[in-house]
Amino acid sequence: MIKVFQAFVKKEFYHILRDKRTLLILFGMPLAQILIFGYAVTNEFNDAQIDVLDYAKDETSMQFIDHLQSSGNFQLNKILYTETQMEAGMKAGDSKLVIAIPENFSADFYSGQPVKIQVVADGSDPNNANTLVQYVTQMVNSFQMERRKVLPNPYRINVESRMMYNPQLVSAYNFVPGTIALILLIICAMLTSLTIAREKESGTMEILLVSPLPPLLIILGKVTPYAILSFTNAILVLLLGHFVFDVPIVGSIGLLLLMCFLYVVTALALGTLISTVSKTQQDAMMRSLMGLMMPSMILSGFIFPLTSMPILLQYIGQIVPATYFIEILKAVMLRGVGLNFILYEVAILVAMTTVFLFFAWRKFKIRLE
Amino acid sequence: MDKQNVIEVEGLTKKFGDFTAVDAISFQVARGEIFGFLGANGAGKTTAMKMLIGLSRPSEGKGKVAGFDIDKEAEEVKRNIGYMSQKFSLYDDLTSKENIRFYGGVYGLSKNRIKEKTQEILKELHLEEVANRPVTALPLGWKQRLAFAISMVHDPDIVFLDEPTGGVDPHVRRQFWETIYQVAGQGRTIFVTTHYMDEAEYCDRVSIMVTGKIEALDTPEKLKEEYNANTMDEVFLKLVRY
Repeated sequence: MIKVFQAFVKKEFYHILRDKRTLLILFGMPLAQILIFGYAVTNEFNDAQIDVLDYAKDETSMQFIDHLQSSGNFQLNKILYTETQMEAGMKAGDSKLVIAIPENFSADFYSGQPVKIQVVADGSDPNNANTLVQYVTQMVNSFQMERRKVLPNPYRINVESRMMYNPQLVSAYNFVPGTIALILLIICAMLTSLTIAREKESGTMEILLVSPLPPLLIILGKVTPYAILSFTNAILVLLLGHFVFDVPIVGSIGLLLLMCFLYVVTALALGTLISTVSKTQQDAMMRSLMGLMMPSMILSGFIFPLTSMPILLQYIGQIVPATYFIEILKAVMLRGVGLNFILYEVAILVAMTTVFLFFAWRKFKIRLE
Repeated sequence: MDKQNVIEVEGLTKKFGDFTAVDAISFQVARGEIFGFLGANGAGKTTAMKMLIGLSRPSEGKGKVAGFDIDKEAEEVKRNIGYMSQKFSLYDDLTSKENIRFYGGVYGLSKNRIKEKTQEILKELHLEEVANRPVTALPLGWKQRLAFAISMVHDPDIVFLDEPTGGVDPHVRRQFWETIYQVAGQGRTIFVTTHYMDEAEYCDRVSIMVTGKIEALDTPEKLKEEYNANTMDEVFLKLVRY
C-alpha cells in the first residue's frame, strides 16, 4: 500500500511541477498577497483632502487649520465661504471631509465658552469616514491642550488608551494571520478540488476507481502533496510576516503549527467535498471562488469586523472556517495564549472538519453505488 | 461455473428508483472470446458494464467475472480485469513512460516487473523514441493503443473496453481492431461496447441491448440470417424498431 501511495504522490508532484498555472497559484499568490496587503492596502491615512468652511477667519482659526495639517494626515483642499459649497467637494470626490469653524472662534475659545466645530464626513466610505473623524477629534484635543496652556479641568475624565498586543496598530498584525488563512484555504481547497475534477474530466478517475485501490487511498494520494505544499506555504508566510513586517510570534510555535495543520485538514476536507459535487474543473473553480474565497475574505473578520455587519451576514460569517482560524492565529501569535484559551474555536474547526469529511465520504460512496 | 466461461451473468438488474436501467439480463462469455456489447445510447449498456467491473452494485440478480462474485468479491474482480474508457484516460502531462509506471504502481507491480512491462509496451508500440515526451503530443491512434496496453499492464484475464474507438477515424479504428485480435489470440477475453455496427462484425459474438433488455445474442452471421439482413446495421435497426 505504501508503494502505491508513493506512486500517487510522485505522479501528483509531476502534475504540479509541470503546470505553470498551478505553480503560479502555489507560489505567486502568497507572495503577491503578502506584498499587496503589506505595502499597498493600509488603513492609515496620509494627506486626506479636506475642505474648511471658516466662518471665523481669525488668527486662532488659521492656527487651527495649520495644526490639522501638521499631523500629515490631512491636506487642505479648499477654503469654503458658504454652507452651499460644503457638498461640492465631496460630490466631486476632491475632499473626504469638511470642517466648519464657527464665528467668534478665537474669542469663545480663549474665554472658555463652549465651542462647537462641525465635522461633515463622506459617509459613502464609512470605514474611512470613521477613521478620519477620529483623527480630527484627536487633533482638536491636542490643539486645545497646546493653545490654552491651562491644566486640564480636574473634573474632566481623561481617557488614556493603550493598544495591547499591537501598540502601534500596525496593520501587518492583522493581515499576516488573515493571509495565512486565505492562502491555506485557496491552495488546499481550490487546488485539490481542481485536481480531482481534472481526473474526472479526463476519465482517469474512472480508471482509478476500477483499479483495486480503496477510494480513501485515491483521495489521500491526491491531497497529500497539496497538504505538504500548503503547510510549507504557511510557514513561508509566517517567516515573511515575522522578518519583513515584524509581526511577533508570542505564543508556542508548536501550537501554532499544529493549528495550521488542523486548518489544512479542514480545507482539504472542504476541497474534497467540493470536488464530489463538481463535474468539471470550471465548476470546481467557480464553487471554490464564490463559496470559499469570497466569504473567507469578506465575512471572516479579516478585512471588515464581523460585529458591525448585519445579523444575517454575522451568522454566515460564523460558518466560515477562516473566521475561527484567524481568531486562533491572532490569539496564539499576538496574545500568546495556550490551547485552553482557544478550545472553543478549535472545537468548532474540528466539528466542521468532521462534518465536511462525513459528507464528502457519503457523496463519494453514493457516486460509487 | 464452467471453466470456459469467464463472465456469467444471470438476471442482472439495476434500478434507479422506479426506473429500471438494466432489466434481468443473462449471458455468458467464454475465455478468449471477443464479445460485443451493443445498444443505442441510453439502452443500459454502460450501467450493465459498471456492474460487471465493480463500479456499481446490482439491485437484483447475480454475476461472476473471472470467477469472482461481482457483488461480494468486487475487489477481487477489479484485480483481475482491465478497463479502458472512450476517453483513453491517460495523464496528458505525464510521459508515456511515466503513465505506464504509474498504472503499474497502482496495480502493485514490483519495481522490476514495472521496468520489464515498460520496455515491453514501448517496444511493442514503437514508442521508444517518444517515451519521454508528454502524452499530449502523441497522435490519437497512438494514445489509444497506449491506453489499451496500459489497461493490461497487470495481465488481466478480461479487458473491458468502453467505446474504445469513439472519435477515431476509420483507418485508425481498423488498426485498433487488429490489436484487439492479437490480444484475444493470446487467450484474453475482450468485452467491448460500441455503437459502430461495422465493428460488431469483427466480434465473435454480439449482444444487442434495447431499453434495458438483451434482445439478441449470437454470432454476427447467425444474427444476420435470423433477421434476414445483410449487415449488422440492418439487424440493429430491425431490432430497435420493435
